[in-house]
Amino acid sequence: MKQYKGWEGFIPGKWSNDEINVRDFIQRNYTPYEGDDAFLAPATDATKKLWEMVMELSKKERDNGGVLDADTSVVSTLTSHAPGYIDKNLEKIVGFQTDAPLKRSLQPFGGIKMASEALSMYGYEIDPKVKEIFTKYRKTHNDGVFDAYTPEMRAARSSHILTGLPDTYGRGRIIGDYRRVALYGIDYLIKKKEEDKAIICGEMTPDKIRDREEISEQIKALKGLKEMAKSYGFDISEPATTAQEAIQALYFGYLGAVKDQNGAAMSIGRNSTFLDVYIERDIKKGILTESEAQELMDHFIMKLRMVRFMRIQSYNELFSGDPTWVTEVIGGMGVDGRTLVTKNSFRVLHTLVNLGSAPEPNLTVLWSKYLPKNFKNFCAKISIKTSSIQYESDDLMRPEMGDDYSIACCVSCMKTGKDMQFFGARANLAKCLLYAINGGKDELMKDKVTGKPMQVGPKYQAITSDDALDFNEVMDKFDDMMTWLAGVYVNALNLIHYMHDKYAYEAIEMALHDSHVRRFFATGIAGLSCVADSLSAIKYAKVYPIRSEDGIVTDFRIEGDFPKYGNNDDRVDSLAVDLVKTFMNKIRTHYTYRESVPTMSILTITSNVVYGKKTGNTPDGRRAGEPLAPGANPMHGRDSHGALASLESVAKLPYEHSRDGISNTFSITPASLGKED
Amino acid sequence: MVGKIHSVFSGGTVDGPGIRFVVFMQGCPLRCKYCHNPDSWLMKDGEERTVYDLTQEIIRYKNYYGEKGGLTVSGGEPLLQIDFVTELLKSVKGYGINTAVDTSGYTFNSNDEECVKKHEELDKFVDLYLLDIKHIDSDKHKVLTGVDNANTLAYAKWLSDRGKRIWIRHVLVPGYTDDEESLAKLSNFIKTINVEKIEVLPYHTMGEVKYEKLGIEYSLKGVNPPSKDSVLRAKQILGVIK
Repeated sequence: MKQYKGWEGFIPGKWSNDEINVRDFIQRNYTPYEGDDAFLAPATDATKKLWEMVMELSKKERDNGGVLDADTSVVSTLTSHAPGYIDKNLEKIVGFQTDAPLKRSLQPFGGIKMASEALSMYGYEIDPKVKEIFTKYRKTHNDGVFDAYTPEMRAARSSHILTGLPDTYGRGRIIGDYRRVALYGIDYLIKKKEEDKAIICGEMTPDKIRDREEISEQIKALKGLKEMAKSYGFDISEPATTAQEAIQALYFGYLGAVKDQNGAAMSIGRNSTFLDVYIERDIKKGILTESEAQELMDHFIMKLRMVRFMRIQSYNELFSGDPTWVTEVIGGMGVDGRTLVTKNSFRVLHTLVNLGSAPEPNLTVLWSKYLPKNFKNFCAKISIKTSSIQYESDDLMRPEMGDDYSIACCVSCMKTGKDMQFFGARANLAKCLLYAINGGKDELMKDKVTGKPMQVGPKYQAITSDDALDFNEVMDKFDDMMTWLAGVYVNALNLIHYMHDKYAYEAIEMALHDSHVRRFFATGIAGLSCVADSLSAIKYAKVYPIRSEDGIVTDFRIEGDFPKYGNNDDRVDSLAVDLVKTFMNKIRTHYTYRESVPTMSILTITSNVVYGKKTGNTPDGRRAGEPLAPGANPMHGRDSHGALASLESVAKLPYEHSRDGISNTFSITPASLGKED
Repeated sequence: MVGKIHSVFSGGTVDGPGIRFVVFMQGCPLRCKYCHNPDSWLMKDGEERTVYDLTQEIIRYKNYYGEKGGLTVSGGEPLLQIDFVTELLKSVKGYGINTAVDTSGYTFNSNDEECVKKHEELDKFVDLYLLDIKHIDSDKHKVLTGVDNANTLAYAKWLSDRGKRIWIRHVLVPGYTDDEESLAKLSNFIKTINVEKIEVLPYHTMGEVKYEKLGIEYSLKGVNPPSKDSVLRAKQILGVIK
């Protein structure tokens, strides 16, 4: 085995013995830190100057209607753009998606329509030549999907019982193991990929052909990454030798991903403790000071804050902003009982002080009751100061995922470099309940030809009686309708992911995964609490249907009170638990693309507002158009028994049936947390 | 044993240390002008709950309480149902949960032997008392609450003599409790007993809507919450801050 200069001073192990094993490297080389935050350094003058320039650019961006500049003619690839800088002399970590900071790149592989619409919404016009190429000569993901969609899928899509299908843009949520670029260098990674490709031989089944083609694409992407780094004056063919080189190489890996893909969530993984090993080595050698280490992290985070995508306005409305979900997970505990908190876990959070608070990157602390007390205190301090930390339960995820997993988007965990996912959309269960009552007819959308309520779902027998709804009858019909919905949902996703692989394959991200990767098939539901309360109302109160002229139920009259989800009341909480289990089991009955493992999430964090707009009056008393609750939250204002009761209701939801994550948006005013600091 | 409960709240953070489960007992002999729970006054209202049933609910949240948090019994005046509260705290103590009682001390009659005995029995299961002294001047106390403060002050001394942990709570109502003389007097009294903490609670108007609903006249109409400066001054006089 070759001895690399970049590995000097590291304890060897499996990671250095002819395999790729970043976790093993971390475990053998990292230094857990249990001390406090006193060692941290303030922003350097260079950091302050740079950040001032960034703030100015951001202001210009806002003044310019949300987009500072956009490329209209150069299609973004790893090597499409010349280097871009804020101030080359001050930047310790370099690299932008295009040749200028905050200038958005043109990414038409997901869909040319979306790319050109997004531009025109902000006053730019796509180069007609690019449009011609991606219309006439180069098929996009979007074209592929619409070639194959069934009429039923299209109807479910336009009625929004399925919302957010990634059929016009990048699916995202794939996290390359960007640490590999720093630890191994590109040449080693290429060598390993070539070995992987060589053993895919023999009978050329369609699967093997695809695997061979994909690995070839990955190797090309690795070469492209090397070239891109070179244009910035860096040679990343060999392992990084210093902390600065390590951060730079890792960031180049990520930069390659965001040049290549405009994904819904472009998370970055689990990097700070990995990088701590390099920082510690340099500090011991006496070639790096604490202030310089902090500066490197500040500049790295600064770059992550400047990731931008060109997106249509309705996309930004769906997510209430212009999110990129650059999630970086921090801390957690190792399976051997040592904490994975290092000094660099502090440094990365300290960027929120040095650069001020910001939603991106989405700094996520993996919380465990075993975390060092000093780190817990520091997190609390930074949270109070900046409100910018996301917390997730390491104790819940670690048993299944080990101690080197990352989070995609908000809550979706995957083993770094070993798992990927096919993600997409949400099934709106509140709408599904209305379909059950109305025999598959949409409560809001009219058929364009007949002017009557649109038949979206199957023509099952609707509820015809005007008596109070019978719980068992509704449940029976709801179950049938969920069976249908799960089917159309999974199959739409199968088709979408097939086309995404075919026309917008994430070559650089997948190059930074094991070739034999575990795939998840990540589905999601919306409207859980609305449905639980609706079913509770039907069961414990009297709910009378009110019909429109067309004879379909468009409203409800409720007599009496009923238990509401969010109060730790098993009568209704058990309905929510059953719903999660039932729908997940229906998903499980289906074939999922590329032998992926089906999962489900309950995590509409902002899109619940838009889902609500497309959903009619519901039996719980919610009015048409009003928001559904975010994620697994109780409906707004219905949790009346205090915070703990509300949390306990959510905590009952079975994680084994919602493996892709459960979110609960919980806002508290400082005053309600007590009277003192 | 059955008690009359006004309501319960999980995850309270302002009635004692840490994260607490708060049981608001029904019934109160005081009629504080600023009371924000007038619907807790009458014993005929409220819901009947058993010690067992409440205990089961309280221990469900045990993981949240940590070392500092636990159960706070408030009201109404919780010690109006002292037998029930004693049983409840005894039951909860069996699960190792920290307990606090938020009381006006009005039920404590030092001349009534049986009454004192009951408070002694209760005391076995209380870790912390949140004692509300509404006004140090008995006459003004009567104006503000309808009753005098003799029992309250006696209870404070009695608890202090027993070496109990006491937090004194004092609501700052402009025009009623915020004059410097009264605050200084209160401060002098507090100095005579052993107190762990003093809390100044600024009067707020959030209870007013409840009066409208209940059709009771709200006698503090037009009284605004105290200014920040006034709260700061009260805290200085009471020695909460230097």
